[in-house]
Parts: sequence; structure tokens; C-alpha cells
Amino acid sequence: MTNITSLTLSELVKNIKDKKLSSEETTKAYIERGEKSQDLNTYITEDFSNALKKSKIFDQKPNFDLKLPGVPIAVKDLFCTNGVKTTAGSKMLNNFIPTYESTVTQNIWNEGAILLGKLNCDEFAMGSSNETSFFGNVQSPIDKDLVPGGSSGGSASALAANLTPITIGTDTGGSIRQPASFTGTVGLKPTYGSCSRYGIVAFASSLDQAGPMSKNVKDCALLQEVISTYDEKDSTSINFKRNEYSKELTNNIKGMKIGIPKEYRVDGMPKEIEDLWSKGIEYIKDCGAEIIEITLPHTNYALPTYYIVAPAEASSNLARYDGVKYGFRSKGENLIDMYERTRSEGFGSEVQRRIMIGTYVLSSGYYDAYYLKAQKVRKLIKNDFDDAYKKVDAILTPSTPSAAFKIGEKTNDPISMYLNDIFTVPVNLAGLPAISIPAGLDAKGYPLGLQIIGKAFDEQKILNIAYAMEEKIQFKNNITDWWIK
Amino acid sequence: MTIDLKTIKHISKLSRISVEDSKAKKLAGDLNSIFDFIEKLNELDTENIEPLTSVAEITLKLRSDEVKSENIREQILKNSPDENEDFFVVPRVVE
Repeated sequence: MTNITSLTLSELVKNIKDKKLSSEETTKAYIERGEKSQDLNTYITEDFSNALKKSKIFDQKPNFDLKLPGVPIAVKDLFCTNGVKTTAGSKMLNNFIPTYESTVTQNIWNEGAILLGKLNCDEFAMGSSNETSFFGNVQSPIDKDLVPGGSSGGSASALAANLTPITIGTDTGGSIRQPASFTGTVGLKPTYGSCSRYGIVAFASSLDQAGPMSKNVKDCALLQEVISTYDEKDSTSINFKRNEYSKELTNNIKGMKIGIPKEYRVDGMPKEIEDLWSKGIEYIKDCGAEIIEITLPHTNYALPTYYIVAPAEASSNLARYDGVKYGFRSKGENLIDMYERTRSEGFGSEVQRRIMIGTYVLSSGYYDAYYLKAQKVRKLIKNDFDDAYKKVDAILTPSTPSAAFKIGEKTNDPISMYLNDIFTVPVNLAGLPAISIPAGLDAKGYPLGLQIIGKAFDEQKILNIAYAMEEKIQFKNNITDWWIK
Repeated sequence: MTIDLKTIKHISKLSRISVEDSKAKKLAGDLNSIFDFIEKLNELDTENIEPLTSVAEITLKLRSDEVKSENIREQILKNSPDENEDFFVVPRVVE
């Protein structure tokens, strides 16, 4: 087997189960490729020697009944891993070693997977280009000097560059779907409450969800099946009947009704995105599903709402970083001075900006005007979706308003950076599941994605639609190994 | 609405993040452009709308207050920037 790392997860699992590949051989292949790919800056922490040890142990007594038997996987550095440094891309947690494991990663290890290492991300998952990380920006394998998107940029880049067969990210406003779209990979943001938030470094708790990222829809379904469990350690985990998503996956979507929201035709959207969307509509029709025009009238208010709700929750969540019990500490003349210096030196500028926005909108005299107002508009946005789903099974939109951009292109203008998430943010505000699938390339050969949004708990349906569309699209990523040393 | 340097100082104090004077001006500029963007919400009449606090339509569960973790004091203290044998150490707060 010459090209282990270019296999999909399903192919890899089959080869391991058929004893054509050992876990050790597989793990070695990913480690070697990881070592040659330093220029992408995808890893914050490599756990290669432990991974190799674990793969040998697996091979000595392999259990092929597991769903991820001896499969090496790298994960976003926002998931706490017991005994392995977890930084959230921040100087604040540069020396933090968790004493517990996140439920989502524990679920993966329980199915036989092996940790390769922790992947770079925007600091505390705040960013859309993976340029806010304390450990430097991540390079996209698609082209030199191109961003992979964010905040799960290290995950997307590592996946597209074949440094991990699948990965997990987190999505607060688009942090799985936007980088998936930028790198030609598949990314699912599950329904709020589907995957446990226990052990994930918190950003905005009413929006955060972990989710799978993969090379195809089938792998995505399998990983979602593994990570989505009810967990009493997360107070907002929801106990509903979870499907065996990969087993129940079908490309038969005949008779389904797919909504096209007119409000997603935004000003200044490149023609390429418009064309991609039209093509997507044709594919849906080819599959025997019906297209229905719908309206989501409050779409334009989603981003301003998000930039109140998310920073407000972040300012509260990040209050815990005070330099006392763990993480970075700066010396101060007294306790208060120590807090203020620690937070000023430990957080990067985007994180500080968001904490300050959040602090302001929650402060005395402004709470009603901003935070309460935003919660009311959030209700209107959710009502829009509830109304739409009386008529349709799912909604089709572009994943992002443009293809990936160059490193440094948008770092000076926060608003232009925030606009990247215009199509993904409404989904988080309404708590819905949505998947981004690669659907084409732009003139420069950069990937473009389409997003399918479902009703709450309808992961199976959007996976099926994605599966049917994937077959029609026949997407081929245009990646040469230019960064390999 | 405009966020001036005095407001920046106030937010800086509330959020326990010291802001150097040299950076305060740029920060004020950034925050003003973000708040201009946010002001769009005022176009909407939300008088009779219920605020949405969580999309998870569940009542929070109660559980019995039992210790489940093992005694891992040493491991936890290891993450502390400054500790002695049994405690987290902070700058002196009482004279």
C-alpha cells in the first residue's frame, strides 16, 4: 500500500479490518507526512511517539468490532485531552495540561481511535482565518499564502493535506463549515445539544457545538455517529434518539422539498458563488427533489445579533482566566494589577476586543439596549426557520460569500472578517444542524462549498441530501504537495 | 453612539484587561465600527417578542451532589502558575 494517507476513513477502516494494513503502519504514514508538512503549521502539539506506542498496543490485540479500529486522528486544540497540553490557540493556556478528557474525544478513543496531536485554531475559536492563533497562522494546502478559514483552520488544513483521515472541530458561528468550504472538505455542525460540550474550551455556550470534518459525506456520517451521545456532564445535552447515521445513509431524496431563501442573495456576492448555487439547485432537481422558494426575512440581522450574543457569553466564559489556578500569569503589584496584566498580556487582540464588546453590552445601563435586544432578534431569526420548515425539509445555500482569501488580506478590518460568516451564523443562532460540502472550484482553482441546513435533530436528512449531491457533483480537490519537504 | 477613550477605560476596568494609552485609540475605532454595525438591530420593533435565551428546549436537570472525581490535587496544582504544597498562591491581599 503506497498511499495510505490519501485513503478515506471508510477505506482505511476496511483495510485495517481486512488486515491489509496495521494500525502501526497507518499511524507511521500519518506521522511521516506530518513531519514533512511543518510549513502548514497545522499542529500546536504533536503526540507522535505516544500515538506509535498506542498503535502497537492495538495491533497486539486488535478489536475489529470498533468503528475506528486503530485509526490515528488529530483533533482541534480546543478539546481537553487528559495529560496532553490543550491551548485553545492562546498564550493564556500555553502550559495547560488537562486532568480530564472531553466527552467527544473520549467517544472517539472508545471506538479505537488514536490521538496524533492537537491542531491549530484561532485563539479561543475567535476568528475566520486562523490568523489569531498565538502559535501563528495556518497555511492552506490549497495554495501558498492562502488562509484555510477558521476557527477550525488547523483541522481543515490537516484534513485536506492528508495529515489526518478525519478530524473534529467546533462551530460557534461557522468555524467548521467555513474552513471546510475553503479547503474542499466536508464539515457538519450538529444540532445544539447533539454533541457534548463537556471538556471543550468554552467560547459562547449557547452557540458552541463540536462536529465532524471529513473527506466525504459517508465518513462524516460515521464520525457523527461516534461523537453524538447524550451526556449528563453537559447541562444542555439533549436526550433524543440518535441514528446510526452511516448505516442509514441513502442517496434517495426523491420527493423531498428543498427551500431556497432569497435573502441569501447578498450584495456584492461573486458571480461564481451565484452560479455554484444555481448548479446546486439543478443537482437537487436531478435527484428528484423539489425546489421551493422561501423567505428568511431576518437574515440580515443575524450577524449584528451574533456580535452581541457571542461576545457577551465569551466575556463571561473567559472571566475564569485570571492567572490564579492555571494558565499564564503576569507579575503585578497587587492582586488586581496581576489580573489586569495577566489578561492584557495573555489574550491576543481579537480576544480582548470581543471580551470588551461583551463586557460593554452586559454592563449596567446597556444590557436592555444591546443584550436583551439581541436575544429578542434571535427569537425572530429562529421563528423564520420554524416558519420555513412548515413548507420544506431542508434549505440549500452557499456556505460562504466568497472563496478563501490571502493571509493578511482582512486582518485590519474586523467587519470584513466577520462578514465571512454571514451564511453560517443564522444556523448557530437557531441551534440547527447544517453541513457544508465541496461543490466546485472558482477560476483560481479554490474550492467553494454549498450548505444544507436541516430542522433540529434532522442530521440524517441533511447527510442524505449531501450524500445524493456529492454523487452528482463528483468534486475533485486540486491539491499538489507543494509544501512537502 | 460613540465610544470615547473614557468609555474604553471604563470597559477596560470592568473586564480586568489593562489597555495602554497607545492602543486605546485604535481599540475605540474598532469598537465604534462594530457598534455602528450592531446598531442595525434598532430598525426592528421587538416590543412584544420574548427573548430567546437557549435553543435547547429542555429544563435543566438536577443531580445529587456527590464527589465523583478521585483525589488529583497534585495534578491540579501542577497547572498553577504559583503554588505551595497545598494552595494556590496570589499576591498579598491583606496587610
